[in-house]
Amino acid sequence: MSISPQTERRIIYLVLFLAVLLPLLFPIGWRTESSPHVRMAHKLVEQSPAGSVAIVSFDYDPASMTELQPMAVAMIDHAWSKGHKVIATALWPQGPQLADQAFRALSEKYPEKQYGVDYVNLGYKVGGMVTIQAMGRSLVEVYPTDTGGTALNQIPMLAKVNTLRDIAYISSLSSGDPGIKQWVMAAHDMYNVPVTGGTTAISAPGFIPYINSQNQLIGLLGGLKAAAEYEGLIGMENGSATAKMDSQSVAHLLILIFIAIGNYKVWRNKRIKRTQDLKEEI
Amino acid sequence: MKRNIPLIIVFLAGLVVFASEFIPHRPFSQINETLERWFMIISGFAMFLGQVSLLRVNGAKIKNKVKDWPYYLAGMISFALMLIFGLLWGMEKTDGILGDGASIQAWLGLKPFDYLFENVYQHLSATMFALLAFYIASAAYRAFIIRSFESNLLMITAVIVILGRSSFGTMLTGWIPNNLPLLHLPNLTDFIMEFPNSAAQRAIMISAALGIVGSSLRIILGIERSYLGGDK
Repeated sequence: MSISPQTERRIIYLVLFLAVLLPLLFPIGWRTESSPHVRMAHKLVEQSPAGSVAIVSFDYDPASMTELQPMAVAMIDHAWSKGHKVIATALWPQGPQLADQAFRALSEKYPEKQYGVDYVNLGYKVGGMVTIQAMGRSLVEVYPTDTGGTALNQIPMLAKVNTLRDIAYISSLSSGDPGIKQWVMAAHDMYNVPVTGGTTAISAPGFIPYINSQNQLIGLLGGLKAAAEYEGLIGMENGSATAKMDSQSVAHLLILIFIAIGNYKVWRNKRIKRTQDLKEEI
Repeated sequence: MKRNIPLIIVFLAGLVVFASEFIPHRPFSQINETLERWFMIISGFAMFLGQVSLLRVNGAKIKNKVKDWPYYLAGMISFALMLIFGLLWGMEKTDGILGDGASIQAWLGLKPFDYLFENVYQHLSATMFALLAFYIASAAYRAFIIRSFESNLLMITAVIVILGRSSFGTMLTGWIPNNLPLLHLPNLTDFIMEFPNSAAQRAIMISAALGIVGSSLRIILGIERSYLGGDK
């Protein structure tokens, strides 16, 4: 019995849909080990002293929030647990809304954290790398107000923050350009501010060269697995990345099965063709 | 003259930015700072231009009733709705023309703009990105076929990385003693990513950087003029 390519495709789609859906409904509970790059990012936050001011830059849009939003929540959670103050910025227009969502997601766990004292959302600025360079000279020049229109000099946690040099570390969560690369090139290479970050699994290989002896990038969270690893490191048992990892793992496994079936099919067709050719020769 | 003035501006701006990298002192640093401020302002206007372009292009398609024109109409209606809601009641902490829409917020739980962003746009956008998984699964079935040494190498690497990037991979090789780290799939995946992948990525990055230097020089020296709107 032969199946048409269209039917084949539909079967693949259906099976994949079930492979993603079922582990979400009935979690398997597979564990993940933390990788060195995730541990590096974790160590940077862990070792920064209480009272440090950090930037978490939301350089992505809702398309990639499945992978990046859990990273944002976990990193802010970690920063707050260590007594750090968090400035949210965005090089992508939809970033500020996602920053507010991340803060809101943690408001129940940290009811004592106050806007303006422990965190602030400075919003989106156009210009990518040039914006970061300008922040290195003067933060207030780039961001005269926060997203609510409050002047920067009225925000208590920013009283001693004038330029990027006053920032303990920067975490850019990016799904493209501008993003991590620009933060590394401007904030680290020009102003020597430690930069870490997270990106989608598909983009991660492109940033690994920046994790080098010059510490251009201190660790990297690549994809949902890294987000789950970070959640594991900070003891976030019910993190959204951890919950989604079973689905992703089953989907990966299924893709491998598809690859095996595809290869078997090609091998079988070749064998049939060879047999037919031999018969014709005889 | 109409053609030469932009070329002179580009040459001078390029030269100043280039010089300020090597001489970070006055007057180059000051001029560079001013140019950066201009860049941010111009970039802001570029967003406005993008919106005007969106309206013009989509408007023309709807007017001429090209194929699938209702989709363009849906896009325009969505754009208009978000714009109107944003202008009238603002978003997040910002107030709009009619204030913060307290009564609507009490009903929806959020401002109308934020409600649409979080409950419609966000999910549609994530769904579009998630659809890639289906195409990847289908493509993997058809494309990862052992045909030659190179394709074999690609497939073996892909299998290791796919397994290493899942919790299943961790479980699969978790029983192997820790003194054999490279036999653990996650470690092997990290090794592939850190060494062969990084080497290839660096080569690509250096080549791309050289390409950018070349094309930048062509623009600064006025050899590349396509940004002026063609060679006419």
